Amino acid sequence: MTTQTAAISEMESPVGKNGTWWFLASEIPIFGGLIAAYIVMRLGSAGWSEASSHLNFTVALLNTFLLLTSSMTIVMAHAAVQRAALKRAAHFLGLTILLGLGFLGMKAFEYSTEIGHGFLPSSGIFWSFYYGMTGLHALHVLAGIIVNVVLWSQTVTGSLAQQPHRVELAGLYWHLVDIIWIFLFPLLYLA
Amino acid sequence: MNQGNVHQEFGFVRRYIISTDHKVIAKQYLVLALGWAVLGAATAYLIRWQIAHPDTEAFGWGYIEPQVYNALVTMHGTIMVFFVAMPLLLSVFGNFLIPLMIGARDMAFPKLNALSFWIFFLASAVLLASFFIPLGPAAAGWTGYPPLSAKNEYTGGGYGTDLWLVSLALEFASFLLGGINFLTTAMNLRAPGLTWFRLPVIVWMQLTAAVIFMLSVGPLVAGAILLLMDRNLGTTFYLADGGGDPLLWQHLFWFFGHPEVYVLLLPGVGIMLEVITVFARKPVFAYRPIIYTTIIAGFLSFIVWAHHQYISGMDPRLAMPFSITTIIISVPFALIIFSIIATLWGSSITLTSPMLFALGTLGVFIFGGLTGIFNGSAPVDIYIHDTYFVVAHFHYTLFSSVFFGGFAGIYFWFPKMFGRMMNETLGKVHFWLTFIFFNGVFIPMHLVGLRGMMRRISNPMQYEFLKAIEPLNMFITLMAILLILSQLVFVVNYFWSLLRGKVAEDNPWQANTLEWTTSSPPPHENFVTAPAVYRWPYDYSLPDSTADWLPQNRSEATAKLVTP
Repeated sequence: MTTQTAAISEMESPVGKNGTWWFLASEIPIFGGLIAAYIVMRLGSAGWSEASSHLNFTVALLNTFLLLTSSMTIVMAHAAVQRAALKRAAHFLGLTILLGLGFLGMKAFEYSTEIGHGFLPSSGIFWSFYYGMTGLHALHVLAGIIVNVVLWSQTVTGSLAQQPHRVELAGLYWHLVDIIWIFLFPLLYLA
Repeated sequence: MNQGNVHQEFGFVRRYIISTDHKVIAKQYLVLALGWAVLGAATAYLIRWQIAHPDTEAFGWGYIEPQVYNALVTMHGTIMVFFVAMPLLLSVFGNFLIPLMIGARDMAFPKLNALSFWIFFLASAVLLASFFIPLGPAAAGWTGYPPLSAKNEYTGGGYGTDLWLVSLALEFASFLLGGINFLTTAMNLRAPGLTWFRLPVIVWMQLTAAVIFMLSVGPLVAGAILLLMDRNLGTTFYLADGGGDPLLWQHLFWFFGHPEVYVLLLPGVGIMLEVITVFARKPVFAYRPIIYTTIIAGFLSFIVWAHHQYISGMDPRLAMPFSITTIIISVPFALIIFSIIATLWGSSITLTSPMLFALGTLGVFIFGGLTGIFNGSAPVDIYIHDTYFVVAHFHYTLFSSVFFGGFAGIYFWFPKMFGRMMNETLGKVHFWLTFIFFNGVFIPMHLVGLRGMMRRISNPMQYEFLKAIEPLNMFITLMAILLILSQLVFVVNYFWSLLRGKVAEDNPWQANTLEWTTSSPPPHENFVTAPAVYRWPYDYSLPDSTADWLPQNRSEATAKLVTP
């Protein structure tokens, strides 16, 4: 019984990683479907670049850098927690959370300016897609921030030391959110 | 063993309500799915009443208004596909069988498994709630085509469609988490010696179904979000006057909707194969080719979706390629069907009730598969599209997998689930009544369709050319009522066997797969000693062995200990 229990707990990390990869695999078709719909609709109608030119390219570019940087900080958090440097891991997790919040803050600023200029989700097919795609992505960023906050609180209680692979799994998800943005950014802002 | 004793002390709530035991969760799904099936049957009864006796008072209900009729048709499809077929075939049998068949103590993520069930419960609650809100549930058809679903004024509904979308989104989340659990469990927790090609076919089919579901549902999740935005935020994704396109929904829906057919079919085929090999006392014919073709069929299922849209207004040049892929997908299924027939060939068949239902699955599915070839080829489909011919066709395929297959599975694994045998006589009566009345409903329905009767119309008597088929419609309705009533035999058998049935042995059917090597019902964490696997699951009637059957955990050296 003891040998079996040991074998199972050794398996835990691959089980978690395998499950996370399947989870990511199920996320990709959601955005894949949205992006495919965007491309098909865009090829079939006119006026998209005009609408797109009202977006704030500079803010979005800055946001891209924030998100890319946060992907790096979560990897550094993972590296720290693997060496049992919980305090260092807490710092990098905190930085990742702040960068994520920064992204959402800038996004909120963008939304409010656009709405202020009268561009609502109902203002046309480009705006429908813009709010739909970035909105769903923002929800994913928010979910990632919540996961990171939970992990950060586990560095405070110290329970993360027994479960270092959790940071890796959260990182996998965070990279996916990052990569999706890399697709959305040119489609919407450079269109 | 000590651990087992600790778990025995859990209270009622912990053991039956918020349990993380995969066997309990499977039973929770079973209760919920059978409950929904009652409601699904009730909607079918009312629909059939209205068609046979338009605008009269339905017995037990009253006058069915056209608006209510639309809601009934929508809810019948939604309930049967998403709240009966999915939980019954995937959640009940997947949850119960995968850990037992691979020799694991539970799922890879037991808490996630419980969460999946409770999300599904929430989805059920949301859909059920939509029956009781002002203006009633969604009424745009189970496919929810915009603009019908996008604007309330077209169907006369209120928040019903929003609740319908939320309920489906929750259901998809539940099954995505469930699928992740199935795949991770089967990949990481198999018993020593249980290689991929020693897995029972049904596990392969469940896993393929999980992957198909996982990769196809995403676009519909996205589509559902867009439809919710169209309904509530004034966007125009599906509305032509705002630059959108209603066809977009049809593509997103059927990109999921057609693979979904195979998600529902494969577990049913898996049950059929497991049951047939046991009661034919013969190895599954062409085991590896079946697995390869299952995977090929899974791949092909992603490139046939537009055969639902030949007359939708999409580019007609697409009809040819989608006709070709649709006809091609019948090849892998033909191979599986022929393998099953070859398994039966020259075998010694015992006609128990699970075997009868498995053979029923086979016969009914062959019929449904053949009419599928009619629908798949564009020139024929243009004539029969949106008629009752199509309705009859998909009931032949889905009823076969979901009900004949589902019943085969319930009769077969009931002893393992509940520790008691079901009554054989009642089981056989149930089968024959179901089989006769099912065909009584759906064979004439093909004729009704060929005479031109459209789907979803509430009163066929409004059309001059349909007046002549009224007697046929009345006959179908009579058969449908009898089909529903004959399910009472099952209900009686189920509850009577649960309480008073003969106590089951560990392996009443003398089957080889691992779930039969533990007690009936299995203890918490399934196996007292972790099993090791030495062979594939289908060693029946080996020519050079004195034994009629060799369980998977039997090594070569002890093989002769088993007596036939």
